[in-house]
Amino acid sequence: MDDLLAEFLTETNEMLAELDVALVRLETVPEDAQNLSGIFRLVHTIKGTCGFLGLPRLEKVAHAGENVLSRMRDGALRPTPALVSLVLAALDRIKSIVADLGATGAEPAGEDGALIAALDAAADGDAPPGDVSGDGPGDGPAATEGTAEALPTPVAPAPPPAAPPLGTTRPEAGPPKPALASAPVPDSAPGAAQTIRVGVDVLDDLMTLVSELVLTRNQLLQLARTQENSAFTVPLQRLSHITSDLQEGVMKTRMQPIGNAWNKLPRVVRDLAHELDKRIDLVMLGAETELDRQVLELIKDPLTHMVRNSADHGLESPAERRAAGKPETGRITLNAFHEGGHIIIEIADDGRGLPVDRIRAKVLAQGLASETELAGMSDAQIQRFIFRAGFSTAAAVTAVSGRGVGMDVVKTNIERIGGTIELASRAGAGTTFTIKIPLTLAIVSALIVEAGGERFAVPQTSVAELVRAGDGSAEGGSRIERINDTPVLRLRDRLLPLVSLRELLRLDAPAAGGDPPTIVVAQVGPTTLGLIVDRVFDTEEIVVKPVAPILRHVTMFSGNTILGDGSVIMILDPNGIARATGIGAGEGREGAARIAAPAETTGHSAAMTSILLFRAGAADAPPLAVPLALVARLEEIPRERIERCGDALATQYRGRLMPLLPLTGEVDPARAQQPALVFTDGDRSMGLLVDAITDVVEDRLEVELGAARPGLLGTAVIAGRATDVIDTGYWLTRAFGDWFRPEAAKLGPPRILCVEDSDFFRALLVPALAAAGFEVTAAASAAEALALREAGAGFSAIISDIEMPDMNGFELARALRAGGAWSALPLVALSGRSTEADRARALEAGFNEHVAKFDRDALLDALRRVLSGPGGADAARELVA
Amino acid sequence: MSTQEPMTDTEQQYVTLTVAGQLCGIPVLGVRDVLADQTIARIPLAPGEVAGSLNLRGRIVTAIDLRRRLDLPPAEPGTRRMSVVTELAGELYALLVDQVAEVMSLPASAFEPCPPTLPAVWAEHSRGVFRLEGRLLVVLDVARLLDLAVAA
Repeated sequence: MDDLLAEFLTETNEMLAELDVALVRLETVPEDAQNLSGIFRLVHTIKGTCGFLGLPRLEKVAHAGENVLSRMRDGALRPTPALVSLVLAALDRIKSIVADLGATGAEPAGEDGALIAALDAAADGDAPPGDVSGDGPGDGPAATEGTAEALPTPVAPAPPPAAPPLGTTRPEAGPPKPALASAPVPDSAPGAAQTIRVGVDVLDDLMTLVSELVLTRNQLLQLARTQENSAFTVPLQRLSHITSDLQEGVMKTRMQPIGNAWNKLPRVVRDLAHELDKRIDLVMLGAETELDRQVLELIKDPLTHMVRNSADHGLESPAERRAAGKPETGRITLNAFHEGGHIIIEIADDGRGLPVDRIRAKVLAQGLASETELAGMSDAQIQRFIFRAGFSTAAAVTAVSGRGVGMDVVKTNIERIGGTIELASRAGAGTTFTIKIPLTLAIVSALIVEAGGERFAVPQTSVAELVRAGDGSAEGGSRIERINDTPVLRLRDRLLPLVSLRELLRLDAPAAGGDPPTIVVAQVGPTTLGLIVDRVFDTEEIVVKPVAPILRHVTMFSGNTILGDGSVIMILDPNGIARATGIGAGEGREGAARIAAPAETTGHSAAMTSILLFRAGAADAPPLAVPLALVARLEEIPRERIERCGDALATQYRGRLMPLLPLTGEVDPARAQQPALVFTDGDRSMGLLVDAITDVVEDRLEVELGAARPGLLGTAVIAGRATDVIDTGYWLTRAFGDWFRPEAAKLGPPRILCVEDSDFFRALLVPALAAAGFEVTAAASAAEALALREAGAGFSAIISDIEMPDMNGFELARALRAGGAWSALPLVALSGRSTEADRARALEAGFNEHVAKFDRDALLDALRRVLSGPGGADAARELVA
Repeated sequence: MSTQEPMTDTEQQYVTLTVAGQLCGIPVLGVRDVLADQTIARIPLAPGEVAGSLNLRGRIVTAIDLRRRLDLPPAEPGTRRMSVVTELAGELYALLVDQVAEVMSLPASAFEPCPPTLPAVWAEHSRGVFRLEGRLLVVLDVARLLDLAVAA
């Protein structure tokens, strides 16, 4: 193929992609004259170039299309959907001819008479016929789609017209044949070009070279480490920096906006909407988010598939939507953004949601799980069955989707590149898929571990934490226990399923004796899995190289790499390991593997609280707890910095003295460091000295036994153990005799009524508010609060819980606002739920503020706000008077 | 890589090697490198023929144990072995052999197909035999040797 033709193909493909987008826009915004003339110009250019290159068939089709567009531009024709479909059909024909041209170097034989006649008739003002795909053997629009997709990505991604100009790199360079022909960007003047076209394979080669350079650098650094004061140290450091910069630079050249993977979607959705007789709005957010082109290529197809799914299964027909009280036009939202080293892509629709009942029936019918198993599963777990192979719930197999090759393929493809996919669905409200994929596949940070005498790399992105297995004592941490030979570990009150790497990989070498094994806790989608390894080394930047084809069937490895010392090691794939051990497979039976509490369950148990666990006093004393939200900081205070002032202990902190109180009454003089929980209020702080801070857990805080001694609120079961909950109010008072009467209280403190049914929360709130300078009265129910009103009590503000028996917070607020002495008092809602909807509901009921429980600072802020507001000021004045 | 059949009158060059005493040859154009004893990292769960992987100037090369591949008894532990690096479909493979000897130019006239009585595993993986003075040289078919997917 000559260079001229190759260039023509690249440009035409780019223009065609642009045309797709522009025509869909034309249909929705027919009055956009600029858009229309843009379309006209593009088609005209294609036609002109065809004539110049001697491509008669292309030229004729383009010419007929141009005629119609020219009439539209002149205002003689209105761009109706039928007319736009016709022009799109002409474009499809052009695409198919161009595709053949690219493959064979010559125009394919074919007949376009009917299409041209239809276009001409339309140009003359006749209504376009319904179907024009009859002629042109085998390459009507329907066939075109197939041809176009079967070709090795004949996409020359052009940015959507509105895309902002990108600096010096033009990352969309992606010619279909990565011919090295570099041509200036067509619309820039010679010499002024800010971008050049570079073949993708040139970039790939560069990346490979840089990867090798990084490896060599690592190797040199390793060598240099063994030799002190070498003359090479300084130049080597410089080399190291330059290599890192180069690596970053080359990575940047490979970055492309994700919009490039999306630019086909408006057309796909538009065609689907016509085919399915639905109205669909496609919203694309974050199209400029960049990711490595290799990743981009790999997610393109799964994304298209998912958008098709949303349009076909997710969204209802206009009639159904109307009946459900939703706007007729359904909406599919694509959203991409960066988070950490990952890119997150959300595909959301506002359709009917995943039908749990139908999925359940289908799971039963296919024997994927038993009825008993299903009964024990949450809706979210049942919905995840759609990721199982061969699973499709579409009642009718439409032309669009529902052929049983579906989400499982998507999931596999995404996992192959180290990504995860999650779904959240609510009946009637829609479904959101969240895909999380690494930004780049080429260089990753990995943890090097050893098992059975061999070293392996585990990608850092999937390592949640490292746990050293102990001997089961309090100090040593929990030990590995076995259920019928299956190892498990108690981790923060859950069972973590364990996999011995040595057994899994059939490594026969015995365990490196002595040291207890370490467990690499790996996050695989929503499940967690522990890998037992013998040793953990360092983390290292590694260049991922694919494994040889003869090893591809070993799914436990995602690649291999060369370490700094030159040795070759395998990269473990936690996804593959989870699959091999049956953990990740649809995750139906492995509900126990969920350690990170999934968002949907926290909604049900609003009282889950972050609790800090610590120890003080005798070794056999029960563990101690305090809600984490009450603690400002955790400190390790060196022994020599603990000073004695009279009878009390204190330390200097930010130029002030911070009183220290040992929880056990004394400080162990043998310890070099003393951990302290720091509580602050405004600019005052106090430290509570403890023996050890052990953990932070999520659990319910329900004090079941009253306090046996001062300083404790009582005993609660936390993380499966009886735990003493400390009374922060008591310790605050001990630290500052006047904590209850700070200088702000000179005018007489504002009086607060605190309505809260839980004894525990009351016990917690009253001292906390008192410490902040309020005078607090507590009421255990709404009725009690109303009784206080009738009795003529006066307050500056009211804080009320929402979830209370008999009369809840909303009802109380409405009752107060309805009239009476307190109708204008500021009301602050205190709730375990803090979503926008809850907030809106609270404000609607008459609350002035809505604060999450345990967020002490937010509560104090809210109180200060409402008290400085008009109602509050009045109330305060009344009180003073 | 040589795809020519050694049927022409011209002489062809072969890298000769021995495996379990048998003299074998590989067309010299298909050989990228000859390596002395190398550190080979084991690959867990790999097929038995795969000895492991090694680092050849920054490229990862999969090592195939020719003895295992040809159903020969394993080498004595501790013996130093050499390898011949070849390329197939863009991937590098190292054939682990006992000894690599010189490069020989062999006339096409001395070539003939494998005798039909050869064991299947040998017949399958060789292209033919050269009659040399005093001994026979089996020309190995590298592509087939590396086609482990079929063998597995």
